Amino acid sequence: MFKTLKERLQQGHRTSSWPRGPAELPGRFRGLPVLDASRCRTGCRACADACPTGAIQLAPLRLDLGRCLFCPVCQESCPEEAIRFGGDHRLATRRREDLETRSDAGELRLARALDGKMRRLFGRSLKLRQVSAGGCNGCEAELVALGNVVFDLGRFGIQFVASPRHADGLVITGPVTLNMRRALLETYDAVPSPRIVIAVGACAISGGPVAGATASSDGVGPLLPVDLFVPGCPPHPFTLLDGLLRLLGRLESGHRS
Amino acid sequence: MNPADQAAVAAQGGEPRRIEMGSIATHDPSAFSESCVSLCRGGARLSAMLTIPTPAGADVIALLLRDHEGRARLLRMQVAAGGEYPALTAHLPQAQAFERELFEDHGIHPVGHPWLKPLRRHAELEGTVREDRTVPSPGSGAAWPGPSPRALRHPFLVVEGSDVHEVAVGPVHAGIIEPGHFRFECHGEEVLHLEIQLGYQHRGVEGLMTRSSEARRLVVAESVAGDSVIGHALAHCQVVETLAGAEPPMRAQVLRGIALELERVANHVGDLGALCGDIGYLPGASYFGRLRGEFLNALMEISGNRFGRGLLVPGGVRFDIPEDVRRDLLARLETVERDFHRTAELVFGTQSVLARFEGTGVLTEMAAEQLGLVGPAARASGCDRDVRRDHPSGVYRFAYIPPAVAADGDVLARALVRRLEVERSLTFVREQLGALPEGPLRVPLGAPAGDCLAYSVVEGWRGECAHLAVTDAAGSVAGYRIVDASLHNWFGLALAMRGGQISDFPLCNKSFNLSYAGHDL
Repeated sequence: MFKTLKERLQQGHRTSSWPRGPAELPGRFRGLPVLDASRCRTGCRACADACPTGAIQLAPLRLDLGRCLFCPVCQESCPEEAIRFGGDHRLATRRREDLETRSDAGELRLARALDGKMRRLFGRSLKLRQVSAGGCNGCEAELVALGNVVFDLGRFGIQFVASPRHADGLVITGPVTLNMRRALLETYDAVPSPRIVIAVGACAISGGPVAGATASSDGVGPLLPVDLFVPGCPPHPFTLLDGLLRLLGRLESGHRS
Repeated sequence: MNPADQAAVAAQGGEPRRIEMGSIATHDPSAFSESCVSLCRGGARLSAMLTIPTPAGADVIALLLRDHEGRARLLRMQVAAGGEYPALTAHLPQAQAFERELFEDHGIHPVGHPWLKPLRRHAELEGTVREDRTVPSPGSGAAWPGPSPRALRHPFLVVEGSDVHEVAVGPVHAGIIEPGHFRFECHGEEVLHLEIQLGYQHRGVEGLMTRSSEARRLVVAESVAGDSVIGHALAHCQVVETLAGAEPPMRAQVLRGIALELERVANHVGDLGALCGDIGYLPGASYFGRLRGEFLNALMEISGNRFGRGLLVPGGVRFDIPEDVRRDLLARLETVERDFHRTAELVFGTQSVLARFEGTGVLTEMAAEQLGLVGPAARASGCDRDVRRDHPSGVYRFAYIPPAVAADGDVLARALVRRLEVERSLTFVREQLGALPEGPLRVPLGAPAGDCLAYSVVEGWRGECAHLAVTDAAGSVAGYRIVDASLHNWFGLALAMRGGQISDFPLCNKSFNLSYAGHDL
């Protein structure tokens, strides 16, 4: 017992100071891509051709965060540095179309808070049920990490629960395999209304790396009404926290800086 | 051995190799079965089976590894569409999943298979769209429509008797975990039999590997199992490099090794924490849980992603470790390594922890051997096999990490093997970071060779990641096979539960921590 207490003291306090303090991320972290279409060479398609998931559209240059894996391929392929990954971890949006980034910044809307009634219901206590529907365990692992002492999801009144009957909403990962479709829909039906749906990761939003795979759909969108999209492959735990707290109106909403 | 067979003897020293398809002797189905069985009785094991549909039927190639000699054998048979051959599984339980796959994907019937239950298709899922089975693979004529509805309604084994009851769990579980269905036959608390039915995570990954661009193949490989990004990306890159006849620069090989070991450490540490969580020992759960993040963050420091996505690329690596990052990483690893030792001392010195781990979920060496288990789960049952030593590639040809082997096959053994592997991997990482070779990070790749087979095996944190690719005359990928350690190991978990208590299932499950997506693909 003495050893246990001594070790407890040595371990110290490890919980991140975020959101009061900064989200501590290393310089190489690939967050929100920064686009500068004015640098594009006429007729150049290097980034769009190189992107493994077809996330990039040209004329004008725009990038769909819902398809983006945040891999370095586009940045690497661009001869003019028109695309580079910045360090901003705030990526979650309420609407699918808000995930499109363009070079004229300020157009993009981070997730707005739920409306009055939903916010009154869930704002201080949100219980979520997670369903992996073809997720590779990357997004799932980061959702588990939210519960560790560093991110400590519980301090915000958000908790993952075992039964959909106890949940206020679903957190869905994976492209929705055909074999999980029924189980997912039945789980959704088991969540009492009003309920929310959160799509986490590129697979759940667009199929991501496995878009077009023959045994799965390309995301949750066509099946269920999604209230929050959290892009990434997988999203960093801070990206997840940011999205959840914005949804609950616990962080300032608005445009990306 | 005839000359064609000798040509098929693929690897010496475990190098990923390229073999011309024409030089792989084709056996008739019964000779193929006999050879597989006799090789495995002589100490080989079945690592992977690749099937390429042909106009006449299917071309089946088995990769057998002889761990004790560091050699590989390829055996090949051609079977007519809808044809049959004597099942390997009748003699080699380790072939069970491969043959069930062969049956459900290609309609080839392994005669005498004791349990020909579909691996990824279930009766209750029929009626949902299954267009994946109707996409003709390259080279094939008509597509195999899939097993008959009768074959799909393969019932669960049911135990009958007074006081016997059945518990069905999943596919949606209580925690944040991938889906799978577990059917327990119990007498009171005691589990008489556990049947594991997977397939819910089946996405169609191997189809993407044959249909896609190389850039796409790489991100698909990274997504086979999201906690084994480096393991599968490395196996994939080595296959592509082998097909192109390229060797990545030494600095890249060392950086790949560092990333693979950091991935191993992060997962093992996380699992040790989760094991503590499952028995309600919260100090271990909290401290190991936090430490896992430190190792993921080290991977992010190098690659920009907590799981190392984007680091590997055919021909080398994308990111370097510059001098300041190298020094920073070494200093940081020293601190977290010390924290790991202290936490491990605390956990493994706590009697209530040991009492719960010891004797729980025992898998005997004989069972592990017969089922062809790989990775830490095999080593914890006394099977001394580790791809890094037995079939080394990349930096492992020059640096030796002693495999961690235990004898008891229980949860404690699996935990202790993880602990030892963490310590040895960290020693390796420190040594490699201390002496990074100079040089470039990438070499350009030429065109892949046509009409060739290339394979690569990597010791991922969960065990062997095997990738096989076959090219057509133009060098395009005509067939691609991915075998995650989980395909070998799931049956081990089912057997480990026999005679145990059903309430120990979460603990046993976590001690194996197998991938659902990696199994279902």
